[in-house]
Amino acid sequence: MKERIYKTIFAILAFSSLVFLVGIVIILFKEGLPIFKKVGFFSFLFGRAWYPTHSPPEFGILPLILASAWVTVGAVLVCVPLGVGSALCLHELVSERQRAVLKPVIEILASIPSVVYGFFGMMIVTPFLQKVFHLPTGLCAFNASLVLGVMAVPTVCSLSEDALSFVPKSFREASYAVGADRWQTLTRVVLPAAGSGISTAIILGMSRAIGETMTVLMVAGGAAVIPHSFLEPVRPMTAAIAAEMGEAPMASDHYHALFAIALVLFFITFSFNIMAEFVSRRFRIKLGLSG
Amino acid sequence: MFDPVKIKAQHVDFFYGNQQALKDISMDIDVGRVTAIIGPSGCGKSTFIRLLNRMNDLVAHTVLRGHIYLEGQDIFSPAVDPVEIRRRVGMVFQKPNPFPKSIFENIAYGLEVNGYRDRDVIEERVVMSLKKAALWEEVKERLRDSALKLSGGQQQRLCIARCLAVAPEVLLFDEPCASLDPISTAKIEELILELKKDYTIAIVTHNMQQAARVSDRTAFFLLGELVEMGETQHIFTAPKDKRTEAYITGRFG
Ligand SMILES: Nc1ncnc2c1ncn2[C@@H]1O[C@H](COP(=O)(O)OP(=O)(O)OP(=O)(O)O)[C@@H](O)[C@H]1O
Ligand SMILES: [Mg+2]
Repeated sequence: MKERIYKTIFAILAFSSLVFLVGIVIILFKEGLPIFKKVGFFSFLFGRAWYPTHSPPEFGILPLILASAWVTVGAVLVCVPLGVGSALCLHELVSERQRAVLKPVIEILASIPSVVYGFFGMMIVTPFLQKVFHLPTGLCAFNASLVLGVMAVPTVCSLSEDALSFVPKSFREASYAVGADRWQTLTRVVLPAAGSGISTAIILGMSRAIGETMTVLMVAGGAAVIPHSFLEPVRPMTAAIAAEMGEAPMASDHYHALFAIALVLFFITFSFNIMAEFVSRRFRIKLGLSG
Repeated sequence: MFDPVKIKAQHVDFFYGNQQALKDISMDIDVGRVTAIIGPSGCGKSTFIRLLNRMNDLVAHTVLRGHIYLEGQDIFSPAVDPVEIRRRVGMVFQKPNPFPKSIFENIAYGLEVNGYRDRDVIEERVVMSLKKAALWEEVKERLRDSALKLSGGQQQRLCIARCLAVAPEVLLFDEPCASLDPISTAKIEELILELKKDYTIAIVTHNMQQAARVSDRTAFFLLGELVEMGETQHIFTAPKDKRTEAYITGRFG
């Protein structure tokens, strides 16, 4: 009897999160699709101009997509060396006791609110970039990449370290036993074995960077034009939605266009997460863990 | 002058943290013979055999006292490179531990990390060690397949082949048949008898019949101490120590 009550409660809880997911998707479609009737799917996705408040308005989100892409790629270039590097350091160089302290500290970095990172970007990175590169404004794609990259480091580091520690001790032993040194064991046995786990970490880090809103709103500069260099201001998709939603009249074309952007964003992060799941499943199979 | 002793342990104490796992072990492993190490679970057999190729270096917070000599050279002296010792003293583990790579790559790995570059030489040695490990006939058609697709017994012979490829002088086996079925076990035992012609071998085993079948000399460990060591025949027919007798007749352990 009791057993059944528990089961029901858990089923309802599990089911409710599914309901939320489905509800969100339905709303995104319902509110986003109308814009495609006006503009057409391809001219929406690949249109080069985003002037939602002009008359006539133009709803091409290519500048926003490219801005997101640039900023995310830049963030990856920052967070992969730092995140994977610090995971390797934690795993290889540091004693067990030090690791027990350092890893939680790094994970705490993940819990700092993004507005704080954004603040840091505005107050420190911005004047720095402006001075070094002689820019009219330090708010630009490069700035956003740096800050987002640093923000993603804890995620990438912590998950990569998990992947490294999942590599069975027996692989290491086997490698040492045939006369491999530490470097060979690390690069030729441990890293390849942890490779897809680390890839998962990187994909999830990317997914975090592309979906991040507050920081890019604060430091990316906000110009909705196709970027030509990392030092120009850009407006990623999330920033566009957050900045414009307040001023777009209910049920206007602009309003529907913003929902459609959210829909595109949803599909991008969704496919990142599917990719991450797929890769990590392969990882578990490869290591002989449960599939 | 011919020295019949390949590895000599002298007054070896070993600690994991504060816990003493080995107490004053002194014993010889003779060249070209099979030495079996038997004893109940937790008596320090693995600990001892893992000292012989410095595998316990990987375990943190351990202390070693005493000396272990490989052909007269103290393997723990600061001047000695542990990597070099492991090349000379190979090891096969209790649980087969092939890399998640192909059969070929599993063996080539050891060669590559030891500086072999010529693909022809590597290929030749891979084939040779698979033959020596009595695995060649079963895998020659599928060298590029993942090693993880092999059966447990085949995986263990692959691990033996991987070990042989780098031409060690000594082979250490830590319960190599513990996770295998009787037929695979018989194959491995046969293989050990064959390998004895070319290598010095030490084998840890829980299985008394196995010790009797494959070894020339047997050492009996109990609670971290070496109780008795001698010719296998003598140990199994006329043990000097009461505790050895009790163990081999199955009265405890
Ligand atoms: N990595 C380790 N850290 C701490 N203690 C250990 C470690 N490995 C072994 N020990 C301890 O050392 C003692 C000897 O262990 P060892 O593995 O050498 O025994 P064994 O004779 O090989 O046993 P078995 O037959 O079960 O394999 C045991 O009490 C064990 O708990
Ligand atoms: Mg053992």
